[in-house]
Amino acid sequence: MIQFDAVHKRFPNGTTAVHDLSLEMPEGGVTVLVGSSGCGKTTTLRMINRMVEPTSGTIKVGGRDVTRQDAAELRRSIGYVIQQAGLFPHRTVLDNIATVPLLLGHGRRRARARAAELLETVGLTADAGRRYPHQLSGGQQQRVGVARALAADPPVLLMDEPFGAVDPVVRTQLQDELLRLQKELSKTIVFVTHDVDEAVRLGDQIAIFRTGGHLVQCAAPAELLARPADDFVAGFLGAERGLKLLSLQTLAAVPQGPAPEGGAWTLVLDEARKPLHWAPKDPKDAEIPVRPLRDGDSLLAALDESLASPTGLVARVDADGVLTGVSSRDDIHEHAGQAHTQARVAA
Amino acid sequence: MSIDWSWIGDHTDDLTSLTLSHLQAALTAVFFGLLISLPLAVVAHRIRPLRGFLLGVSNVLFTIPSIAIFVLLLPVSGLTRTTTVIGLTVYTLVVLLRNTVEGLDSVPARTKEAARAMGTRPLRTLLTVEFPLALPVIMAGVRIATVMSISLVSVATYIGDGGLGQLFTDGFQRDFPTPVIVGVVLTILLAVVADALLVALQYVLTPWRRRRA
Repeated sequence: MIQFDAVHKRFPNGTTAVHDLSLEMPEGGVTVLVGSSGCGKTTTLRMINRMVEPTSGTIKVGGRDVTRQDAAELRRSIGYVIQQAGLFPHRTVLDNIATVPLLLGHGRRRARARAAELLETVGLTADAGRRYPHQLSGGQQQRVGVARALAADPPVLLMDEPFGAVDPVVRTQLQDELLRLQKELSKTIVFVTHDVDEAVRLGDQIAIFRTGGHLVQCAAPAELLARPADDFVAGFLGAERGLKLLSLQTLAAVPQGPAPEGGAWTLVLDEARKPLHWAPKDPKDAEIPVRPLRDGDSLLAALDESLASPTGLVARVDADGVLTGVSSRDDIHEHAGQAHTQARVAA
Repeated sequence: MSIDWSWIGDHTDDLTSLTLSHLQAALTAVFFGLLISLPLAVVAHRIRPLRGFLLGVSNVLFTIPSIAIFVLLLPVSGLTRTTTVIGLTVYTLVVLLRNTVEGLDSVPARTKEAARAMGTRPLRTLLTVEFPLALPVIMAGVRIATVMSISLVSVATYIGDGGLGQLFTDGFQRDFPTPVIVGVVLTILLAVVADALLVALQYVLTPWRRRRA
């Protein structure tokens, strides 16, 4: 767990970057710090591993005051993923990943073996390990950045807008990978971003900062979306707050029934009973593609698909992609409404 | 103007030893130049107010005429190889110091930041991150300093050293062009070969800058 207690940071030029911050970042959870630029979120992150020293107040990691530890040793015990990866251009990917194990004196062979293992963990090939950073794509470099931060298996991971410099498709992939990794590793992650959608996707809790280093609200994403503390938070979360809330709810609870037959549209399946497309009764009409959804998919995705479907029905499939049934637009809509009510009550 | 080829044949041993002596003087100067420049460059890079002062001093030293430098050194080190090397070393400083400072400046802030954030201490960062990344710019300075030193060694003929430069005085005194031409050609060859070897050395030392086939 990371605890901020009355932390204040004023820079020599007189600007206050962080104002009287008290905040707990729970063990094994992802805390996302969001806010517009200059709001103190990055300074907050950097005070955890003493890249920036607080002016007053205390910061504890795992119960120990960070300012009472040797800064270099503290940093080796905390993974750090920097903006645009920040890889060492003169070291191979493998040696980049091995940086902290080498600093800890693990020996070259052991450090490289560990690095090779991590290469696989973050979804890169052994061949990529022999390359230099500039020979990789931006997305691949980010993966290396994550691998390097994980190399010494630190309990805490600091991520400073790590996916800010990659295109939206790659960004979504990297977010998925991070969520998958986090399921396995359960690190205490502090993640800085200015992207609300990224915060909602990744965060177990989201801390919203306002210019001047004020923490405005810190809450679970659903709570934040359902009950923003003030107009600033509501404005920051954006007009589609309700839809974002639906992205946090799964389809699992929505009832499903058998696929209808003999109507204007028929759901066509292959031999394995996997949905192919909607076929019209009237041969003049074109087939309409179907996007089957699993229980784990979001209500937002279901709502979207129900609008695209010619019948308003959403095809539901199991983990293997085999049809289990269909859900109606009305049922999905009703659950979406309930989700909002529940979030408001819970908050 | 004709070349007396038989003179060359008769003096191969002398030419070889003069060439080696010439090269040794130049390389020793570059070596000491680096030994002085690297730490001074770190100081100039880290402590901004000292940068202008140190670079300024190296500039001023460079403007002292080469013969004057040797004469000024005579009371200190006499008519020796040491005088030659000290004189040449002083001249290498202007490029070596400037290029090393610029090389260190060229290391991306993000990379240094990453090293610090990983828990690398300052000295280790300097040796394993900053110097390697500054190497291309430093090596550019080493190449200039080497070629410059090779051409300057001849001036030390005035204090009885001078390597291949001795061939010039010999030729002038006897009004016999062959040693002068041979001296010029060997000096140029030496400079070209030394430069090529430094390019090769840089290629070996900076594998990350090669394009992957």
